[in-house]
This record gives sequence, C-alpha cells and structure tokens, in this order.
Amino acid sequence: MALATRTDRRPSTTRTLWDSTVGKKAVMAVSGLIMLGYLVVHMMGNLKIFFGAQEFNAYGHWLRHIGEPFLHSHWALWAVRVVLLAAVAAHAVSAYQLSRRDIKARPVAYAHKRRRAGYATRTMRWGGVILGLFIVWHILDLTTLTVNERAWAGHPYENVLATFSTWYGNTLYITAMAALGLHIRHGFRSAAHTLGAGSARRDRTLKALANALALLLFAGFVSVPVGVMTGVVK
Amino acid sequence: MKLNLRVWRQQTPDAPGAMVTYEVDGVSRDMSFLEMLDTLNEDLIVRGEEPVAFDHDCREGICGACSLVINGEAHGPERTTACQLHMRSFRDGDTIDVEPWRAAAFPVVKDLVVDRSAFDRIIQAGGYITAPTGSAPEAHATAVPKPDADRAFEHAECIGCGACVAACPNGSAMLFTSAKVNHLGALPQGSPERETRVLDMVAAMDDEGFGGCTLTGECATACPKGIPLPSITAMNREWLRALRKGRAARD
Ligand code: HEM
Ligand code: FES
Repeated sequence: MALATRTDRRPSTTRTLWDSTVGKKAVMAVSGLIMLGYLVVHMMGNLKIFFGAQEFNAYGHWLRHIGEPFLHSHWALWAVRVVLLAAVAAHAVSAYQLSRRDIKARPVAYAHKRRRAGYATRTMRWGGVILGLFIVWHILDLTTLTVNERAWAGHPYENVLATFSTWYGNTLYITAMAALGLHIRHGFRSAAHTLGAGSARRDRTLKALANALALLLFAGFVSVPVGVMTGVVK
Repeated sequence: MKLNLRVWRQQTPDAPGAMVTYEVDGVSRDMSFLEMLDTLNEDLIVRGEEPVAFDHDCREGICGACSLVINGEAHGPERTTACQLHMRSFRDGDTIDVEPWRAAAFPVVKDLVVDRSAFDRIIQAGGYITAPTGSAPEAHATAVPKPDADRAFEHAECIGCGACVAACPNGSAMLFTSAKVNHLGALPQGSPERETRVLDMVAAMDDEGFGGCTLTGECATACPKGIPLPSITAMNREWLRALRKGRAARD
C-alpha cells in the first residue's frame, strides 16, 4: 500500500492545488490578501481628497505615469490592473466552486433547527457577491465615467464630488464598505488559518488584527462620502 | 421521567424518511441515552412494531459507533458520546429530536444508522505507518520528545465517530482527517510518509464528497474528544509544505 502510493505518478503541483479543497482555499486566501493589500494602499490614496482638488488630481495624474521614463505611461497602472483582475477572477471562481461543493456535501438539513455558526460563511457569500457588483459599478462610475454625473476626464476630484452628491452614490458606496469590513473581519483570520499561519495561541492576535484592519478600511473609505456630505470636501 | 421522542425513521437507503413521534415512559435519570432508546425499542417490539435501528458497540465512549444528532447537536448537549450522555441532561416531559448524521458522504442505511465507510477509505489512503511487524521494538529505541508525544496523543484520541462531519454546515471531514495527519506526523515513526500521507488523505477526503472548511468551528465544539480547531490549520500547513516538497522532488 505504502510502496504503491509512493511510486505513483502525481499530477502537477498546479493541478493538485486547484483540484483540492485545501489548495483551492489557499488560492482564495492569497488572492484575497492581494486585494486586501491593494485596498489599504487605495484607501490611503483616497484620503488625499481632504487636501484639495489640485493635490488629488495631481495624484491621479501621477498614477498614470508611475515608473516613467523607464516605463511608458500607463504601463505600471495596467500591470496593477492585470494583477487585480486575476485576483478577483481567481477569488470569485474558487469561492463559487467551493461554496457549491459545501452545499452539495450537506444535502439534507436537520429537522431540529437551531442557530448555527454558519452565519459568518453566509455573510461571506452574500458579502462577496455585493462586493463583486460594487466593483463593477465603481469602475463604471470613476474609471470609465460611464455612469458618472460629471464625467470630467482627468479630474477625479470633481467626479468623486459628483458621485457623493447623489443619494444613490452614497448609499451604494457605504453599503459596500460595510460589506467589505465584514468580509475582511472573517476573511483575514480565515486566510491565516488556510495558509497554516494560525495557531491556538495566535488566534486572538489574528482576530484583533482582522478587526483593526476591517475598521481601518471601513473608516478610511467611508470618510470620503461623509466628508462630501458634511461639506468638509467641496 | 416521561419523554416525547421525535425519531427519524427510514426503511431503506432510498426510501423517503420522516420524523415519527413516540412517547417513552419509565425513563430513569441514570440511564444513558442509548438505554433510553433500548427502552423505546422493547416497547415497540412488544407492540409488534419495528424497533428503531441505531449504531452502538462499546457503550463506553471509545469505539465511535454511536452516532445520533440529538436536538440538532451531534451527540447531544454534553461534550461526550451519545452512549455516555445520561438522561439527567434532560427534564421530565421534554420533547427530544433524534436524527442521523447528515452528510452526502454518510448515506443513511436505515433509521439512525449511516454508512461511515468513507472514513475508512480516508484512513486507507494514508492513516498508517510503515513498520516491521513481529517482535515488539525496544521501547527506548526511538526517543520521542515529551511535547511531541503529547501532541500525538491529543490527536490519537479521535475515535472516528463523525460528529465533526455531522456538525459542520459544509459536511466537512477536515477535523477527522487532521487528527490522523497530526497524530502520525508528530511522531518519528510517522515521518517517512509525512508528505504522501497528507496529500493522499486530503485527496481521498475530497473524493468522498466531503465539503471544505470555512472556519465555523462547529466540528471542534461537537467533538467528544476535544480535538481542537487549530488542528485543521496545522493540516493546511502540512499540506502546503508537502506540495512544495513534492515540487522540489520532481524538479
Ligand atoms: C468578487 C467578489 C468577492 C466574492 C464573490 C468573495 C467571496 C468570498 C467567499 C465565499 C469567501 C469564503 C468565505 C468563508 O471561508 O467562509 C471569501 C474569503 C475571503 N475573501 Fe472574498 N469575495 C470577494 C471579494 C473580496 C475582496 C474585494 C477581498 C479583499 C479584501 C476579499 C478578501 C477575502 C479573504 C482574505 C478571504 C479569506 C480566504 C480564506 O478563507 O482563506 N474578498 N471571499
Ligand atoms: S457506543 Fe462506542 S462510543 Fe458510543
């Protein structure tokens, strides 16, 4: 038995990773952490809006010219976009496949109902879908300017102001950021365990860190619409 | 004590089942849950009805055969096996729901009995060590550091009852599989198969149709032997390590 398995031909590392529930979860964790890292940077960049139109628009302009003259304009920006797109795709596909598998593994529910800790998992699934839809709207609003009321290319400050001067802009954005906070709260700790970095002793630190990250991102992102609504940013 | 039982009755694996209500009288506080079911079955036999089928063997909490979801909790309200659960955990007049383990990988055979041979196949895939059999080796030939021995023992306590799968909303066997992986992986005797064990056991677990882990922790709460949730984290770590080493070996 032991000898037979040891001389077996094993499928490639990538195949093993993608075909296994443990491996696919690791893909989800890594892609989630990549997006998380991006969001921390993105949130910090957004805060520059509190320093006026000139500084914010100059920052937006600079994003298109990172790495020049070594890189051509927009190259660095596109590199980031490609990585993020790959991360979103990998994350969503693995989330979908794993969730389907989980639901299939428990086809018959118990007759005796009680409140279950599945709460976090359900919030992750719904929250993930909300985030996915938000990402689409967000790009149409502030990147392609398709649905933006102002749609002034090269003037992100004015466009952001236009978004947060509408009731739906504020509602969509703040709801999505609440979903993001909850997603990170469970997701960050999950990712640590998925990647084998958690332990009984470290779990409390991980939970605290997850809460801090979730709160930081929520507060940082939401400060922008709140700033516009209260007239601090105008 | 007099109790109202609602028990899952199902004639065959493919027949539809239903919760059926029974009244059980003359239950003593000192009876185990299984003795209470025996009382019900004696009654049913006298009345000419078919007794309720349920799994049991040792009735002392070591074999893992008993497998009942009692009021929605695997093995009921106490952290122990159903055979070691006593009726003093309930009150006179209570209504108690008794159901089989629910998971795609554990099909119902009859009433409260499920087929858990999926666990056997996970064990066959790697839950062993390669050692010469015959004469017992000298006990001190292989030194095992105390912390490693403790860790191995903690995980060797798993009796393979399947409560973790029954409790998990994803019907996941991660806690069970991690118990064996960590038990054997902690010992020098288990180290020759360290990488193949975790890769093969996880693959077997997936093949059986168990779900994945979403860190809900229901498994560790239900485990009558207290296998902790971070055991799954340790198995994830072992699996990723084995994958990396496997690649290094191929290159
Ligand atoms: C396309 C939209 C998204 C969908 C459909 C989605 C869905 C999910 C689902 C279903 C899980 C597993 C939940 C569980 O284990 O119970 C998850 C985990 C996670 N998500 Fe997302 N999510 C999305 C967007 C994001 C974003 C924008 C981030 C970036 C911060 C993120 C970060 C994470 C992390 C770090 C995990 C933990 C991975 C693990 O469990 O090991 N997700 N996501
Ligand atoms: S009958 Fe053996 S553990 Fe319950």
